[in-house]
Amino acid sequence: MSLQEFWDYLVLGVMLGSLYAVIAIGYTLVYGVLQLINFAHSEVFMLGAYGSLIVLQLLDPGDNPSALASIGFVALAMAGSALFGGVTAYGLEKVAYRPLRRRGAPRLIFLITAIGASFFLYNLAGKLFGRDPMTLPEMYDNHDVFSVFGAGVNITQVLQFLTAVVMMVGLDLLVNRTKLGKGIRAVAQDAEVASLMGVDIDRVISRTFVIGGVLGGVAGFLFANLNQVSYTMGFIPGITAFAAAVVGGIGNIRGAMAGGVLIGVVETMTVPLLGDEWRSVSAMVVLILVLMFRPMGILGKQVGRAA
Amino acid sequence: MSTTAQLRTESGDAGTPDAPLLELKEMRVFYGAIEALKGIGLTVGKGEIVALLGGNGAGKTTTLRTVSGMLQPRHGEVLLRGERIDGIKSHELVRFGIGHVPEGRRVFATMTVLENLEMGAYKFSSVDSGDLDRVFTLFPRLAERRSQQAGTLSGGEQQMLAIGRALMGRPELLLLDEPSMGLAPLIVQQIFEIIKEINDQGTTVLLVEQNATQALGLADRGYVLETGSVAMSGPAGELLSDSRIRAAYLGEGAA
Repeated sequence: MSLQEFWDYLVLGVMLGSLYAVIAIGYTLVYGVLQLINFAHSEVFMLGAYGSLIVLQLLDPGDNPSALASIGFVALAMAGSALFGGVTAYGLEKVAYRPLRRRGAPRLIFLITAIGASFFLYNLAGKLFGRDPMTLPEMYDNHDVFSVFGAGVNITQVLQFLTAVVMMVGLDLLVNRTKLGKGIRAVAQDAEVASLMGVDIDRVISRTFVIGGVLGGVAGFLFANLNQVSYTMGFIPGITAFAAAVVGGIGNIRGAMAGGVLIGVVETMTVPLLGDEWRSVSAMVVLILVLMFRPMGILGKQVGRAA
Repeated sequence: MSTTAQLRTESGDAGTPDAPLLELKEMRVFYGAIEALKGIGLTVGKGEIVALLGGNGAGKTTTLRTVSGMLQPRHGEVLLRGERIDGIKSHELVRFGIGHVPEGRRVFATMTVLENLEMGAYKFSSVDSGDLDRVFTLFPRLAERRSQQAGTLSGGEQQMLAIGRALMGRPELLLLDEPSMGLAPLIVQQIFEIIKEINDQGTTVLLVEQNATQALGLADRGYVLETGSVAMSGPAGELLSDSRIRAAYLGEGAA
């Protein structure tokens, strides 16, 4: 691997990692308040991608939209993905998990329900939207805008990275600075005592799902913008982002961010070194190594201190 | 004392012609099939300190948890200022002026002292600086450690924080669950003095304690629970001199 290749792949890896980080936050947030691994989160991601696809198909950008129109298309596609992701996550909590919580179901039942919900959602998407992969209509003329250490960075990558960073910073502020954020952290630490302070646990949990869902949905759009939209697109990124959440320390938001970037970089670096077929393997190897030597994750398990 | 287990002085509530601040009527609470409270009746008048005594498993904590809506009674009533509050969820009940300091303190360990206090004011739209000042005046230690993580505080400081957190909600009725648990005698002394001070400032207190001498020294009246029922009740002074209480809870040889 030449030095130039190294920089090329590093830039790609950080970009991909920022996306994993955003998805991983969804897992870690929900884990924080419910101690539940929401395996259906990969379907929130997938449906977010369909949300942007539907918006773009309705708007039909056509050939060579103006710069201003391009910005509009991106914004609306993103809004569509956020809406789909948020609504899916909201519905999941309401329909699948809340009834279990009411009855005090054991953890295992939550997990099985999450997997069942995942199967249901991706098959539903296959039925509704068709089973052939689709490509998002072009919203802008993609070309390199600048280079980092000689590695060209195009508009799609800038969009992906900037959006991911803005969402992460926004989330960090929300969790640490707002009243809702304080409520989320309190519920994560001690839900019963939080309720004694006047925190409506149901509402906080519901909003936590929506926040994770919006992030996951937008990540689905960003991912689809690089690749394709399909009903099975959620599985691999979902599992990888889940690994990232565990690597960073599940329940820890900044851990999810760090884990996402780490896994993204390792995965991408594997391609020139070992070949494309080793990508997912390397991500799981990172997970296994971290679990062996630091089972609580890189930044440690800090449920409640959701950041 | 006579052979009856009762020491009732229900007429002692002279200052409250209206309904008492808190009244429990024939309250029965179950954990699954197990009856934890078998028809508890007690009253707490406005401005009083009432001690709830008894051994492990007597139902003291269960009583407090039912009052603050964490558990629901299967039978009976919970009345606050004469109005039924059973069936209301705990996060709504805080708006009715009930503050609950749970057993084992349960401060939010990875939040700072200040954030914990802000959580206590969660039901308000914003944190009142007057409330904060009041808590910091009662507990100067908390002011010193305001930006320290609560988990790093000593047990006594955590208890102060738990009480301060409840006070941030401006409760009319403060439920205290074993504030002396696991604390050094000197700290317990301090905490009890502060409870007295809080009461002097107008907050009614329902205090659960295993430490019967100290609790009765502070309280106006007391109730003794035994396996889910009220075994004895009366003015604190009378309970304190009762031989069976001394035998059962004050570690003196059985009469």
